[in-house]
Amino acid sequence: MAKVPVRFTLNGSEKAEFIESGATLLHALRDKIGDTSPKGGCHQGTCGACSVIIDGELRLSCLTLAETCDGADIRTISGLAAGGVLHPLQRAFLDAFATQCGFCTPGMIMAAKVLLDRTPNPSRDEVVEALSGNICRCTGYEPIIQAVLTAARANSQNAA
Amino acid sequence: MALALQTFSTVKDANAALQAAGTRYLGGGTLVVRAANEGDVSVSSLVRATEPALSTIAVAGDRARLGASITMAAIARHPELAWLAPAARAVGGPAIRNMASVGGNLFAPAPYGDFAVALLALDATVITEDGEAPIETFLAGRDTSRSIVTSVTFALPRPQSFRFLKVSRVKPKGVSVLSIAALLQRTEDGTITSARIAFGCMADRPMRARATEKALLGCRLTPEEIAPALAAANQGIAPITDPVASAWYRAEVLPVHLGRLLLA
Ligand SMILES: Cc1cc2nc3c(=O)[nH]c(=O)nc-3n(C[C@H](O)[C@H](O)[C@H](O)COP(=O)(O)OP(=O)(O)OC[C@H]3O[C@@H](n4cnc5c(N)ncnc54)[C@H](O)[C@@H]3O)c2cc1C
Ligand code: FES
Ligand code: FES
Repeated sequence: MAKVPVRFTLNGSEKAEFIESGATLLHALRDKIGDTSPKGGCHQGTCGACSVIIDGELRLSCLTLAETCDGADIRTISGLAAGGVLHPLQRAFLDAFATQCGFCTPGMIMAAKVLLDRTPNPSRDEVVEALSGNICRCTGYEPIIQAVLTAARANSQNAA
Repeated sequence: MALALQTFSTVKDANAALQAAGTRYLGGGTLVVRAANEGDVSVSSLVRATEPALSTIAVAGDRARLGASITMAAIARHPELAWLAPAARAVGGPAIRNMASVGGNLFAPAPYGDFAVALLALDATVITEDGEAPIETFLAGRDTSRSIVTSVTFALPRPQSFRFLKVSRVKPKGVSVLSIAALLQRTEDGTITSARIAFGCMADRPMRARATEKALLGCRLTPEEIAPALAAANQGIAPITDPVASAWYRAEVLPVHLGRLLLA
C-alpha cells in the first residue's frame, strides 16, 4: 500500500510521518506514533472511546482517515495534564469514581473538554448531550456526569 | 484495511476518478470508513474533493444552498438555519455531527438519513456534476448514482411552517425508530392549503407521505380534523426491521407520532 506524508501537530508537538494511504487516524496514533491514549472499542463510530479533538472539534479517530488530518491540530488525552498536574477533568474523574475499568475515560474526557471549552458552566442536560456519543459499560454514567459538573465548578472558581 | 485515498482540488477531477470500479466518494466517512473497518471489500479506493464551494452555506433572498461537505454541526449552529437545527441535531452524537455531511446523509440507508427526510419535505434540489434533480428523483436513483453531489438548495420556508420529529428509544441519541418532517402552508384561520410530509424508516430511504398530505388539505390542526390524515399514514409504507424496532412496531406508532407532531 502506498505511503503518504502527513504532518500535523499532536498535543503541541509537530509530527511528520509516512502513513499508509487509507489508514485511520486511530491506527496512525496508536500503532505508528505510539500515543495509545485513544482507545479502539468498536471501530464503527458507536462507542466514542477513540474520540480526539481535531482543530477544536470532537471527532472519532476510528472513522477519520489520517491523511485528511494534514496540517491539523490534534489533541488527545495524553497531552492534557500540564507539567505533571492533572487537568481539572482528570482530577474530577478520579475523585468522583467516574473511572472504573477506564476504557471509555479518554474519549469521555475529550468530549467533556470540548463542552467545557465552549460552555464553561454547562447544565446537566448539556453534559448528558455532550457525552451522548460515548458509551461506558461500568459506571452507570452518573459519576461521569457529576465529575464533569464538578470540573466545571472548579474551573469557574479558579476563574473567579 | 487496503484502502487508498485520492484527494482532488476540483470536483471535476474527483468525479473522473470516481468512475473507476471499487471507488467511492469520501464525505465525512461515518458510513464509508465504518464499512471499510467492518471488512467491506467492495470499496478499494476513496476519492474526495476539497473545492471550497463544497464547504459553504449560503442563505440569500428566499433560498438556501448547503454545500455537500457541510456538516450537521455547521448547520445546527448557523444562525439563519435555526429552524432546521432540530433535523441536523437529530444525526448521531456530537462527534458524528462534526463529521456527518449533507451529501453523505442523502445516501444513508434507513434507519439513517434523518436530515434527508427534512430535505425531502423541503422539496430540495440536489445538484451533482451531471446537473440538477428534485430530491425525490435523486433518492430513487441514488443506488446507481456515480456523480458527486456538490450541493442541495431549497426555498426558505415561511416562519413556523416547518416541523421535524425524530423518535428514538435511547435518549438522547439513539438511532431512529422513525423520523417525520412536515412543511405546511396555512391560511390565517389555520386551514392547510398545502402539505409536504416525509417519513424516515418507513422504507429503505426517505419517502413522501402522499395519502396523508392529500388528507390534510382543507383541515385545521385539531384532533378531529387530522384524524383521516393519521389513518392514511400507513398507506404505501414498507417500514424497516432492525434491532431498534420491527416493521410492525414502526407502523403501529407512526400515526401516534405524526399526530403529536401536527398538534404540537
Ligand atoms: C454511530 C453512528 C450514528 C449515526 N446516527 C445517525 C443518525 O442518528 N441519523 C442519521 O441520519 N445518520 C446517522 N448516522 C449515519 C451517518 O453518520 C450520516 O447519515 C451522515 O450524514 C453520512 O454522511 P458522511 O459524510 O459521513 O457519509 P460518508 O460515510 O462519507 O458517505 C456515505 C455514502 O455517501 C456517499 N457520498 C458521501 N458524500 C457524497 C457526495 N458529496 N457525493 C456523492 N456521494 C457521496 C459515499 O460515497 C458513501 O457511499 C450515524 C452513523 C454512525 C456511525
Ligand atoms: S472505536 Fe471509534 S467510536 Fe468506537
Ligand atoms: S469505566 Fe469501564 S467503560 Fe467506562
